[in-house]
Amino acid sequence: MQCLRQVIIFQIFSMSLTSVQNSMFKTPFAASFPRQLLSIALLVATAGAMTVASATDDQRSLTIYTYESFTAEWGPGPAIKAGFEEQCGDCTVNFVALDSSAGILNRVQLEGKSSPADVVLGLDTNLMAIAEDSGLLTESGVDTDDLTLPITWNSDIFVPFDYGYFAFVYDTEALPEPPASFDELIAAPDDLKIIIQDPRTSTPGLGLLLWMKSVYGDQAAEKWQALQPHILTVTKGWSEAYFSLFLNGEAPMVLSYSTSPAYHMEVDETDRYQAAPFSDGHYLQVEVAALLAQSPRQELGREFLNYLVGKNAQASIPLGNVMYPVTDLQEQLPASFDRLISPSRTLQFTPEEVRDGRKSWINEWLEASTGG
Amino acid sequence: MSLRWPWWASATVALALIAAMTLLPLGAMLREAGVIDWKAVTNDTYLQRVIRFSLYQAFASTALALLSAIPVALALSHKPSFPGRALIVSLFSLSLVIPTIVAIFGIVAVFGRTGWLSHILALVDIEPLPFYGLPGILIAHVFFNMPLAARILLNSLESIPADNWRLCRQLGMSPWAIFRHLEWHRMKHQLPALALLIFTLCFTSFAIVMTLGGGPRSTTIEVAIYQALRFDFDITLAVALACIQLLICLSLMALSTLLRHDNTMGFDIYKAPLKINSGTHENNPRQGLWPGAAWHMTHAGVLLFSTALVVTPLLALLVSSFNSKTLSVLADTTTLSALSNTLAVALSAACLSVALGLALLQSTRYLRIRLARERVGQWVQLTGNIILVLPPLVLGTGLFLLLRPLADVFSIALTLVVMINSLMALPFVLRILDAPMMNAAHAQDRLLRSLGIQGWNRWRHIDWPQLRKPLALALALAATLAAGDLSAIALFGSERVRTLPLLLYQRMGSYRLEEAAVTAGILLLSCLCLFAIIQWIVGGREHARTR
Repeated sequence: MQCLRQVIIFQIFSMSLTSVQNSMFKTPFAASFPRQLLSIALLVATAGAMTVASATDDQRSLTIYTYESFTAEWGPGPAIKAGFEEQCGDCTVNFVALDSSAGILNRVQLEGKSSPADVVLGLDTNLMAIAEDSGLLTESGVDTDDLTLPITWNSDIFVPFDYGYFAFVYDTEALPEPPASFDELIAAPDDLKIIIQDPRTSTPGLGLLLWMKSVYGDQAAEKWQALQPHILTVTKGWSEAYFSLFLNGEAPMVLSYSTSPAYHMEVDETDRYQAAPFSDGHYLQVEVAALLAQSPRQELGREFLNYLVGKNAQASIPLGNVMYPVTDLQEQLPASFDRLISPSRTLQFTPEEVRDGRKSWINEWLEASTGG
Repeated sequence: MSLRWPWWASATVALALIAAMTLLPLGAMLREAGVIDWKAVTNDTYLQRVIRFSLYQAFASTALALLSAIPVALALSHKPSFPGRALIVSLFSLSLVIPTIVAIFGIVAVFGRTGWLSHILALVDIEPLPFYGLPGILIAHVFFNMPLAARILLNSLESIPADNWRLCRQLGMSPWAIFRHLEWHRMKHQLPALALLIFTLCFTSFAIVMTLGGGPRSTTIEVAIYQALRFDFDITLAVALACIQLLICLSLMALSTLLRHDNTMGFDIYKAPLKINSGTHENNPRQGLWPGAAWHMTHAGVLLFSTALVVTPLLALLVSSFNSKTLSVLADTTTLSALSNTLAVALSAACLSVALGLALLQSTRYLRIRLARERVGQWVQLTGNIILVLPPLVLGTGLFLLLRPLADVFSIALTLVVMINSLMALPFVLRILDAPMMNAAHAQDRLLRSLGIQGWNRWRHIDWPQLRKPLALALALAATLAAGDLSAIALFGSERVRTLPLLLYQRMGSYRLEEAAVTAGILLLSCLCLFAIIQWIVGGREHARTR
């Protein structure tokens, strides 16, 4: 149908075409040869451009799919890449930053067995069962027994590398008294706006969906509908919600993590941004990495996953990814982490519950979001 | 050239290619559709809402575009010697050729939350108006379709014979009476088909809804197909949506064929000559029919307002593309690789499209002239228009299903984008080349045959000099359209392969507006350059001027 527009464009150009036809017979036969050559050259050049050069397949080059903020210059990515490349000697780490976290799973599913990725980094507990069912992942070989997690870990495939609690972060200057529960948020005047993420593309977005579901159960759909007037916009990923919109003052509250204020306290040295403690409790997210079964670099991939939970890599988690590390960093843990809110109740669905419910819960959310 | 190809060879190759690029993906899609639980699909309230919203926004956009186009067309018709009138009319066609996503950026720069309009409103203490969602979609659709509708309506108004105007003056008819008895009478024949055309365009609108929709609240079927594939990895849903989209598009096409069939009611989008009087009438028959300063002010006001609507977004784009990020974006490797991808896609798609078009026409020319099988020839040519009923995202979904088991579709993204875009440009290429090809043959075929000039010699000495200009135009236009495409690249693009439209979309999506502005500027400039340079190289020195 796009082409109907093109037909119209044609009409407009047909006017200039009439003049083309008129002048056609005036063109001399000869003297067009150099130009003809040029046109052929143009064709050949294009044909050349079409042959997409395939990337060289290096056995020591590890391709890792992750989300944007992980690889940002202030994120943990650069330090982890440098540290691991130093440890392995001759390998290179290629982070591929996808535009959102849940997008990582979609992408490897879309690419199927021909995916160029060796490791996926940035899925979470909620997506584990779905990712495992795809059959694209394989055992990590990482010993997770000594990790300091708030839950017991019993997956052989997924390697947890940090965790945190979903929370609304607010700007104390724009919003001195933030709501203290979902009920209060819904009941607040309509001009209290929040920015959230799309549960289909972003793990925090999915986290909020599950958080609401675990608080409200069967009432979640109507609560989503009641929340609609407060939602300024739904972004695809966390980065644009937090950096581009929230920190630019577009809304006083954004869906993020209870740990986010630590970054502002340590790096910006300000207490301006705080997480709002909700009496409903907070939803736990454990972020995970995994090895792809089709990867020809299994050994290097496992080596990387082991490095990821080691003290060296974990040291860049608290301020790089602004999450709790999964190993005890002792004095290396920034002091601001003691000043963060601690959830009154920890909420979490099992990966299997999320797998079975996700589709219909997302539909519920879509319906509530389109109904308004 | 002793080697002689049979006359049907080129069309057979072209038809085989077109069939492979359309029927195979369509087949793959329908096979997948066989396993869909249609009852569940039709009962899905989300889908119902998406379909309802698609129809609703298309309806509202059509109504707004037509309602605003009527006064503009009237004003242009009443004022044939309005200063800058020719320029305004040319500007109205500009909004049709610049890439959609570029125009969208301009619209955001004017109407967005931090746009020019908000700044002006802030001066008088008015809160910025809501923009993302339905308002933004409507503004953008009016931006694109009002000029189109105004030009077509103006065309019908200009076809009113001068005698009628003189008669109006002799009878002393009031402006209202003229409108009712003469002008409205003319326009109303165009309106049904025109409305249907705009409705179809808005109904399948992709780039606008995806960029300005602002979350799931405003989603059309076209965007929902994209989301089902790229967000949810829900192939079944994507196929179901694609089937629904195809069905609705086919019925809209059938409806428009019905409307076009009847000559009095029909709005023939192919044949309507868009001849615009230049405005230098010495003997203007409309002189004095709308007397007084009030009418003059109204006409001037309508024209200024409508011009402002079209010009300000482009102006805002130009102004904002010079900012603190300009140099860093220009030096950015992402931008540069996107630029080279865009050029590669544009040139390849243009060449493929023109090659397919020439191959088809070469054979149909033989069919129509030497074998005198006019009808058969036209039917063969019609196959080139197959994409008209196949929205690019439906085709893309089919290609995706077809190729996924065989290869990593993201690594062959550019090839797929080239394929889809060459098909999208084909109807248009055929239309440009059809008449010149036939003319060239009609005039000289017998002579050439008796002289035994054929094959390469015939092409080199007879066809090429006559066809180079239409060829240049076809190439240039196909290249420009492909360079601005977002549908295909949105489906197949990734961080590995980006074109400028995709990069612009992503930068807008992450609200990096300064970088987006520069990207939009580069895209606009490359489209203009492509257009001019191709015409210069292929078309010869005295190339067709762009309008």
